[in-house]
Amino acid sequence: MAVTELTLEQSDAAILERKERSLFQESLSRLMKNKVAVVSAVFILLLTFVAFLAAFVPIFLDPLEQDLLATNSIPEWMLFLLPDNAENYVKFSNVYPLGSDHLGRDMLSRTMHGARISLSVAIVASAISLLIGTVYGAISGYIGGWVDNIMMRIVDFLYGFPFLIVVILLQAFLKARARQESEGIWLTLININNSMGGLFFLFIAISLINWIGMARIARGSVLSYKKKEFVEAAHALGASEMRILFKHLLPNIIGPLIVAETLAIPGYIFTEAFLSFIGLGVDPPTPSWGIMISEAVQGIRSYPNQVLIPALLLSLTTLAFNFMGDGLRDAFDPRMKE
Amino acid sequence: MINYIIRRLLGFIPVLFGITLFTFVLVRAIPGGPFESEKGLPPQVEANRMAQYHLDWPMSKQFISYLFGDDIVAIVTGDEAARDGTSRGLIRGDFGLSTKYRNQTVTDIIKVALPTSAQLGIMSLLLALFIGVPMGTLAALKQNSWIDYTSTFAAVIFMSIPNIVLAPVLIWILALKLNWLPVAGWGAKPPFFLGIFPPPSSLNKEYFQHAVMPVFALGTGSAAVIARLTRASLLQVIREDYIRTARAKGLTERVVIVIHALKNSLIPVITILGPLFAALVTGTFIVEQFFGINGLGKHFVQSVGNRDYTLLMGVTLLYSLFLVGSNLLVDIAYGWLDPRIRFD
Repeated sequence: MAVTELTLEQSDAAILERKERSLFQESLSRLMKNKVAVVSAVFILLLTFVAFLAAFVPIFLDPLEQDLLATNSIPEWMLFLLPDNAENYVKFSNVYPLGSDHLGRDMLSRTMHGARISLSVAIVASAISLLIGTVYGAISGYIGGWVDNIMMRIVDFLYGFPFLIVVILLQAFLKARARQESEGIWLTLININNSMGGLFFLFIAISLINWIGMARIARGSVLSYKKKEFVEAAHALGASEMRILFKHLLPNIIGPLIVAETLAIPGYIFTEAFLSFIGLGVDPPTPSWGIMISEAVQGIRSYPNQVLIPALLLSLTTLAFNFMGDGLRDAFDPRMKE
Repeated sequence: MINYIIRRLLGFIPVLFGITLFTFVLVRAIPGGPFESEKGLPPQVEANRMAQYHLDWPMSKQFISYLFGDDIVAIVTGDEAARDGTSRGLIRGDFGLSTKYRNQTVTDIIKVALPTSAQLGIMSLLLALFIGVPMGTLAALKQNSWIDYTSTFAAVIFMSIPNIVLAPVLIWILALKLNWLPVAGWGAKPPFFLGIFPPPSSLNKEYFQHAVMPVFALGTGSAAVIARLTRASLLQVIREDYIRTARAKGLTERVVIVIHALKNSLIPVITILGPLFAALVTGTFIVEQFFGINGLGKHFVQSVGNRDYTLLMGVTLLYSLFLVGSNLLVDIAYGWLDPRIRFD
């Protein structure tokens, strides 16, 4: 039996080769091995691509245009989704690949545009709450003492609030404010909001509530790092407090925070859908999956397809974010692995 | 223990006061008043209405009236006319008159709506526990087997399906396609047994047929969360030394798991039960809306649109009471589950 022995140079080379992989690359290769997470990431990328297509490629129909002669129409293949007696009342039309809604608008392009809303809520709301939460929590934990005490009491206090009611009240306030005559800063904000179909205020309302959890995690991580030797060393070298906090501590704590934020994204998407469902989300006729579901609910007995299509995509999207968040957590923060 | 509970109860006062003040101010800051939707109301009538609910007073005076009652307002401000008002104040258990549903007190509205939501919520919570805990336990005990993979995968899927999706899908399959269950409605009507439970006479097949879909729509998401938590924490606990000791002294596997491991591993599950209980019992708008159930959920949403200040304050405070109350129960339960936790 031939035994292949490595020469000294070869084994050294092997060790060097292993060493060359940074912590980030190690994590990335762990992530790539997680097939479900990779598929989820691909799905999200695909959805992003579709959202862009809907906006910039004109072969798809206008999501706002009404065809009043073809309301509630479906293509023939979709008949199996409807109740058994559907043939008696349903209109067939092959113009619309996924049918049309109760106002004769194309379901396909509305669904594609809906992806834009959900994805932009996922990205913007999580970015804002990550930013506020990290800065607040890091400052609180780093300064410590009475400042920390006061800042964390505020967080505890806000934590006791019924989240959903606060978000409903905030949105009700912002939306009613947007309908009033305004000037100055309000006028600017309202104009931004109107040009985004009501999304801007939605971002504000959702992220104003959600930074609280991030602040707690950020503070905890800063507390566990700020007595470490490298911080001591930075102090000894005369680095300023701000530099230590943002240059030395932040890169160490940001990983778990991003993971936690990814896992919070499904919650943001739910909140958007819920708010749109109760009429406090984006402004109609802006197509959002929540609005599509809520508009089609009255007709669910006759046209369940109009509810099921956005509902399916909403679930798939949150599912993908959940799987991706789990995968990121397992890959980048092995300590948190169950 | 008693000291701890008293201290916690005293701690509720500033929290509830803060929530009351915050909601009170924010709801009045929303443009538009409670009577604005009634078009063509003569200005005198609207002014009379506003006066009836003290909405013509400055906000601080309104708040004192809401909190302590009109007689206290009369004493504090010297405004003897205030004594004619109807508000007896929150501290005496008076939530006030609804501005939308005329001549109905908020307490009456809650008395009708809360029991339905509570029945739905309690059943969903039980469903979540009875599916979640065994599923998580099984997954942890058979770690890395197909049972584990299947249940973990199922848990993520059910966590990802929001109510707003699960409810129409259930209706579509079970009511429209298979015709097994009624599409909407709730089997019990007031008067309720002991104020909460369905009257015994209505506890029939029909009641449960109506309940199946909403309970599933509401409970499966929580079941998934509970299953994940149970699995994660049980996996940690069964590696501890005291479990090895229990096995070493010859206890049967069932006793080791049920008596020794499970009890300790339930702490994270108990932690989320607090907020979960408050959310489920006070009603969830979406499920109640889809299944046409007249519960408390719709008041959370509609009272904002109606600018029904008093009703909105009432349901918000009720929810907050449930939240802080169930969190206290959770903290007390910790001590029973893990005697190392001390209250001091």
